[in-house]
Amino acid sequence: MSSADMTAPATPGFSLSRFKPPYALITLFALLVIWEVGARMADVPTYLLPTPSAIILAFRDFGPLLIQHAGVTLLEIVLGFAIAVLVGIPLATSIAYSKVVDRSIYPLIVGSQTVPKAAIAPLLLAAFGYGIAPKIIIVALMSFFPVVINSVVGFRAAPPEMLHLASSMGANGWQTFWRFRLPQALPSMFAGMKLASVLAVIGAVVAEFVGARSGLGYVIMVAGSNFRMDQQFAAIIVLSAMGMVFFWIIGMIEARVLPKHGSTNAGDH
Amino acid sequence: MYQLRFGRLNGIEVIMLDIPTQSHFISFNRVSKNFAGRSGTVRALGDIDLKIRSGEFVSIVGPSGCGKSTLMMLVSGLMNASGGEIHVDGKKITRPSSDIGIVFQRDVLLDWRTALQNILLQAEIRKMDIPAATIRAKKLMKMVGLEGFEDAYPHELSGGMRQRVSICRALLHKPPLLVMDEPFGALDALTRDQLQLDLARIWAETGMTVIFITHSISEAIFLSDRVVVMTPRPGRIEKVLEIDLPRPRRLSVRESAEFAGHTHEVTQMFKKLGVLREGDDE
Repeated sequence: MSSADMTAPATPGFSLSRFKPPYALITLFALLVIWEVGARMADVPTYLLPTPSAIILAFRDFGPLLIQHAGVTLLEIVLGFAIAVLVGIPLATSIAYSKVVDRSIYPLIVGSQTVPKAAIAPLLLAAFGYGIAPKIIIVALMSFFPVVINSVVGFRAAPPEMLHLASSMGANGWQTFWRFRLPQALPSMFAGMKLASVLAVIGAVVAEFVGARSGLGYVIMVAGSNFRMDQQFAAIIVLSAMGMVFFWIIGMIEARVLPKHGSTNAGDH
Repeated sequence: MYQLRFGRLNGIEVIMLDIPTQSHFISFNRVSKNFAGRSGTVRALGDIDLKIRSGEFVSIVGPSGCGKSTLMMLVSGLMNASGGEIHVDGKKITRPSSDIGIVFQRDVLLDWRTALQNILLQAEIRKMDIPAATIRAKKLMKMVGLEGFEDAYPHELSGGMRQRVSICRALLHKPPLLVMDEPFGALDALTRDQLQLDLARIWAETGMTVIFITHSISEAIFLSDRVVVMTPRPGRIEKVLEIDLPRPRRLSVRESAEFAGHTHEVTQMFKKLGVLREGDDE
C-alpha cells in the first residue's frame, strides 16, 4: 500500500451517463400492473384479493379513519421504542462497565430472548386492560433486546489497546467513556436501534391483534372479519410506510450523531 | 565528584554511590509477574533486573510468550508487578503512567477521527493548549512524511501511514519515555525499514528514552544502544548486548561485519535456548 491508495472524495455530479433508472420502482409498478390485470381477468372476488385500484379507492374512502388509527399505533411504537432505548442503553453501559451487572443480568437478558413476546401479550392485556399501556409494554419488550445486546457488543468491540492508550494519556473514566468507548459503540448501537424499530412495529400490531379498540392492528382485524380486504391492504400499506419512515428517521439520526467515519465497514467490528 | 561523573560516562559502577536515584532513568528491581492459570499460578516473567539510562534506546527481543509485552505493560503501569519494583524517573510505578508515549502493534487509531484529530486526542485528554498542540502535531506529521494527510481518515491510509500517525500521537506531549510494543510487526518489510530509519532519526532529534519490543533480531540491533535478549517462558533476561555501531546508522550497516557478529550472537543464544532449531544440528 502506498500514498496512491488515498481515495479522493468523489464530488457528486449529475450527468446523463450517470443517470440510473429506478429499477426497483419499475419492477414494483410492473408487478402492480400484472396484479391488477390478472385479478380482473381471472375475476377474483374482492373479498379474496382486491385489485390495486380497489385498494386505492379504500384509501380515498377510509383515509381519515386510517390516519386516526395510525396515530394510535404510532404513539405506541414511539413510546415503546423510547422506553426501550432509555432503559436499554444505560443498562448496556452498566453491563459493559460492571462485571457484577454483566454476570447477574446479561445472561438473563440473553436467555429471555427465547420467550416469544407475542405469547405474553395476552398476559399483559389481562394485567393492564385493553388500553394503550400493554401495547407500549410489548413494543418496549420487543425493541429492548436488540438495543441492549447490540450496545453491549459495541462496547465490547473496544480493543484492550484502546483502553490502555486512554490510560497512558491519563484519561479519566468520563473521558474514556465519551472519547473512546461510546463512539466505538455507536455504530453497533444504531444497528440495534434500526433492528428495534422494525420489531417495534411488529410488536404494536401483534399487541393490537390480541385485543384493542383502536390502532392499525385493530383495523386489520375488523376489516378481516368484515371481508374488507381492500381496507386490510390499505392498513398494511400504512403500517409498512410507518415502519419505513421510522427506520429512515433512525438512519438520519445515525448519520447526524455518528462521528464521521467515512468508512464503509464502520459497523462490523 | 567530577571524576565520578566522568566515570559514569564510561559506565563505571561506582557512580551508583554518588547519584543513586538519578543515575538510571528506569530501573527494574527483581520484577516478576505471575498469572492465574488453570492449574495454579504461572510465572510469566521474572526476576527482571534492568537499568536504563536516560536517552537510551533499549530493545527487548525474545520469542512469543516470553513476557516482552508484559514487561511493557509493567513499565507503563498498565499492569502491576507480582514482585519487585519498577522506578521511572525516580518514581515507583504503581498506576498507569501518563508521562509516557505508547505505540502498539495495532495502531489503535480512532476510525471517526482524521489523522490530525487522532494525534490531537492526546492534547484534548491532557487539556493541552490546542492551537500550540496543532502546530506541533503538524510538525510531527511533516517529520514522518505525512504532510498533506492531516484530514485523511484512518481507513484512507496505508498500514505504514497509520502507524506513523500513532507514533505522532505518542510523541505529541513530548514524553520522556516512549514505549513501543512490536510497532512494526504488522508492516511489510520495506515499510518496516523506512519506519526504522524514521524512528532512529526522531529518537536522535528528541533525546527521549525508548523501550522497543520486537521479535526481529536485526530490527533490535539496528535501532538500539542495548539489546535485551529474553528467554522463553518464564521470561528472564538471558543477556544484554551493547550495540556500539556508530550513529547515525544507515541501512547498509546491516551488511557490516559487526552487525553480522551481533546477529550471530543473538541467533546462537536463541538456538541455545531452544527458541530456534535447525534441522542439521543435533
